[in-house]
Amino acid sequence: MLINHPLLGPRDAQEFIYLGDARLIDRPDWQAADAQEQFFEYTYLRDNPAGEHKELWFHEYGDRSWLVVTRNTVTHEITHVELASEAARARGRSK
Amino acid sequence: MKYSGFRVIREALTGHRGWGPAWRDPEPKDQYDIIVVGGGGHGLATAHYLSSVYRELSVVVLEKSWIGSGNVGRNTTLVRSNYMLAENTKFYGMSLKLWENLEQDLNYNAMVSQRGILALHHDDGGRDAQLRLANTMRMAGGDGEMLDVDQIRKLYPGLDFNNPLFPITGGFIHRRGGTARHDAVTWGYARAADRRGVDIIQNCEVTGFRIENGKCIGVETTRGFIGGKKTGVAVAGRSSQLMAKAGLRLPIESHVLQAFVTEGLKPLLPGVVTYGAGHFYISQSDKGGLVFGGDLDAYNSYAQRGNIAVLDSVLEGGLSLLPIMSRARLLRSWGGIMDMSMDGSPIIDKTHIDGLYFNGGWCYGGFKATPASGMCFAHLLSTDQPHENAAGFRLDRFRRGYVIDENGVGPTPNLH
Ligand SMILES: Cc1cc2nc3c(=O)[nH]c(=O)nc-3n(C[C@H](O)[C@H](O)[C@H](O)COP(=O)(O)OP(=O)(O)OC[C@H]3O[C@@H](n4cnc5c(N)ncnc54)[C@H](O)[C@@H]3O)c2cc1C
Repeated sequence: MLINHPLLGPRDAQEFIYLGDARLIDRPDWQAADAQEQFFEYTYLRDNPAGEHKELWFHEYGDRSWLVVTRNTVTHEITHVELASEAARARGRSK
Repeated sequence: MKYSGFRVIREALTGHRGWGPAWRDPEPKDQYDIIVVGGGGHGLATAHYLSSVYRELSVVVLEKSWIGSGNVGRNTTLVRSNYMLAENTKFYGMSLKLWENLEQDLNYNAMVSQRGILALHHDDGGRDAQLRLANTMRMAGGDGEMLDVDQIRKLYPGLDFNNPLFPITGGFIHRRGGTARHDAVTWGYARAADRRGVDIIQNCEVTGFRIENGKCIGVETTRGFIGGKKTGVAVAGRSSQLMAKAGLRLPIESHVLQAFVTEGLKPLLPGVVTYGAGHFYISQSDKGGLVFGGDLDAYNSYAQRGNIAVLDSVLEGGLSLLPIMSRARLLRSWGGIMDMSMDGSPIIDKTHIDGLYFNGGWCYGGFKATPASGMCFAHLLSTDQPHENAAGFRLDRFRRGYVIDENGVGPTPNLH
């Protein structure tokens, strides 16, 4: 698989470490009243779709940036790649 | 028809015209007591024990394709019980005992072969870890034995003992472990269940559940609605997708695992060998092919085929352990969709919906679990109580903080 890195261009997927569902960006608020329940869902439950999946890849053997890759889990086709920092800021996170 | 030596001789003398199909191909009825979804090893074993041990009279297995088309027909057939955590030692210990009597129970030759599984170590740290495992297993009533280099050399002269980076410094053998013929396990369970009246419906995909007032009363399928007082789901890599139809989000990710086989060779490996330095394991099938595998591809996947990078690293591991492999031709490679759970251990439990039960999260070790999984799931479906040997495999253990994480790697499914 080739991942089209937004800064570095097409890179072999072997240069990356895979983490999983990009919803891991949305870390729950630890002060929320139902924080325990939210953290349980955040830590352990996954949609695990067959089809389009947004996921976190770390460019370990490259520029060490985190990417959000939109990939089809049935065909392995990659349709979109963005920097995780930008994706996080777009969702209202400070970094 | 019961299989026997006498029968084989009689058929041989009469031109083999008396063999019938091993199971029927019935039309689905409107209503059953128990529906088992998934005609893999676990679903069929569940049906067999439901009918034989729990005396359930109205059971159906629904399979979307042909039985054995999933992981049970794709695995590398290792059967073992070498675990450290109490929940696992008793469950897999029970499974191994069931394997040892499987053929008599099923009246089917599943080619269960306790040829021993040898795990190699390459340094002091590896040896200490294995010694600890061996002792833990023996204390739990299992078998584990440390071997020195000379003993290993006698068993496996073809290994590279003096690899400069990873010399073999000894190993650990689990003699009751070994292999079985995966398809025969599927067919044996199917035939035994069918003989007791279980309907096995192939080409019948479950597309949803009919849930009324918090109770599951049956399933929607590509062949229409089928009613059931209880429904047990055992669909391995498809678990998340199917259970989502009942509104459940599972602690599971689906990943692809590959396996490989070479052309048939003369006897070379008497048992199973696992490499302690790379992720690589190998055995030789009775036909002579070297059967081997390694790591997951490590990203979510529903494709039953893998990436070339894993092929590369598995072969590198193989060649550094068994250099003569370089002369063998690789015949085939394939992949299966693994239901990787968040702690590496399985789930056999009720759901919050009345009448709906779930079995899954088998990771890449579910073949050896097949008999015990079937027995425990049948127990749960029939009695509504967890089997004593599967009492830890609860769905809510993640919420309660009682994970069963044998490798201690946390909620990272691709590392288990
Ligand atoms: C390459 C590879 C190597 C492995 N090596 C080993 C090993 O050495 N030792 C070991 O112990 N384990 C091993 N495993 C793991 C083991 O094969 C699995 O954990 C086990 O087979 C899973 O249980 P099962 O047999 O019930 O699954 P499956 O055979 O996958 O059964 C699930 C069935 O459900 C059906 N299904 C899915 N969705 C639906 C639906 N909606 N409606 C109806 N039917 C449906 C599927 O078609 C399938 O037939 C390996 C797996 C792979 C892929």
